[in-house]
Amino acid sequence: MRSVIDVPDLSLEEIDRLMDTAEDIIAHPAVYSERCRGKKLATLFFEPSTRTRLSFEAAMYELGGNVLSVTGAGTSSAAKGESVADTAKTVSCYADIIAMRHPKEGAALVAANNASVPVINAGDGGHCHPTQTLADLLTIRREKGRMGNLTVGVCGDLKFGRTVHSLIAAMSRYENLRFVLISPEELKVPSYVKNECLKQKNIPYTQTTDLESVIGDLDILYMTRVQRERFFNEEDYLRLKDSYILTPEKLQKARPDLCVMHPLPRVNEISVAVDDDPRACYFKQVLNGKYMRMALILMLLKEAGRL
Amino acid sequence: MNVDSIRDGIVIDHITAGLGRKLYNLLGLETISVPVALLTNVSSEKLGRKDMIKVDADIPVDFNVIGYVDPGATVNIIRDGQLVEKKQIDMPETLVNVIACKNPRCITSCEQELQQVFRLSNRAKKEYRCLYCETRAAVL
Repeated sequence: MRSVIDVPDLSLEEIDRLMDTAEDIIAHPAVYSERCRGKKLATLFFEPSTRTRLSFEAAMYELGGNVLSVTGAGTSSAAKGESVADTAKTVSCYADIIAMRHPKEGAALVAANNASVPVINAGDGGHCHPTQTLADLLTIRREKGRMGNLTVGVCGDLKFGRTVHSLIAAMSRYENLRFVLISPEELKVPSYVKNECLKQKNIPYTQTTDLESVIGDLDILYMTRVQRERFFNEEDYLRLKDSYILTPEKLQKARPDLCVMHPLPRVNEISVAVDDDPRACYFKQVLNGKYMRMALILMLLKEAGRL
Repeated sequence: MNVDSIRDGIVIDHITAGLGRKLYNLLGLETISVPVALLTNVSSEKLGRKDMIKVDADIPVDFNVIGYVDPGATVNIIRDGQLVEKKQIDMPETLVNVIACKNPRCITSCEQELQQVFRLSNRAKKEYRCLYCETRAAVL
């Protein structure tokens, strides 16, 4: 049974096909509005999530399907000590496909190994969140019209941010890219990510602590939050925190066709005043996430012979 | 120092000096009641110094454990006092229930029934990662 736990579970061709399907859904929503009639998506969310759960549920409803929902470990059989494996086997009896978020890393793989229906990882702790990356990729393709020949800046917490690592890995599969890694010294991209995704593939990249000095070079600016608790001392945090807040003033130096992205939720790393700038794409990203989830649900249900 | 030749069993030879005890423990040899000899820092023409393990009994041995701890080791199978097979052990692609994931956020930390599975992620660096959370196994 095919499941999607991490982005590399999908080939480049499959990702391109998913993006094609998502764009077709956007262009012809009525064609897809009954595709999943009679099918059920179980959303098993064992830790709090608003956007991702709603996005999956909206995706299934827009395909004409139904949703069975579990939110919070406290209200499910997990509270009684049921294993992820048993939960997956049980829910497979009720649903055609499962989207699962769990605080433990690897939980989605355990579910996939035991379910008799496809499982989509909707986030397993700090490990993987593939549908966020799929949303990011569709946003880049729709905003830039291409996946290669781009200068991609990633900014903020590049050490712990799983969305950044996953995006770098996914984008590194395309041609002619350059990365600009913008972060405080304390929060630089881990060396294993640089080695496996950039150095081994001879993808050029630069590292800097100064967003303003490089913003004019970028086609994409992917912002993430710099969190206070990641710093060893308060002094460094206070010194650096404003450097990584995107404001209309900093955007003045950027290209007119820059695409500003953020996995959300935002706290203060992008000024609200930026929202009105046509280069702000982070709410489009949310919408694109729903379309990619629709495309993924369709693909997996078809492969499982359930459509 | 002499250790008598064995009749039926195995000799794990050419173990990198210092890894013999680790291998002895991971193979669970301290828990079995058959004659076992662990020799450390034995002179070796090939390695200078080496460790050796001799097991004088026909017991099942997980060659994957040997390949994980020391892929340069050789295994000699002895029957009726004669060497019947000599194996060069390679690094296994997968390790099952040999080592445990140390990541407290890993699903294996709270679901004890799960098998501990590690996959070879970088042969040159002898690097294994947890199948579930991809945390790197501690260096031996």
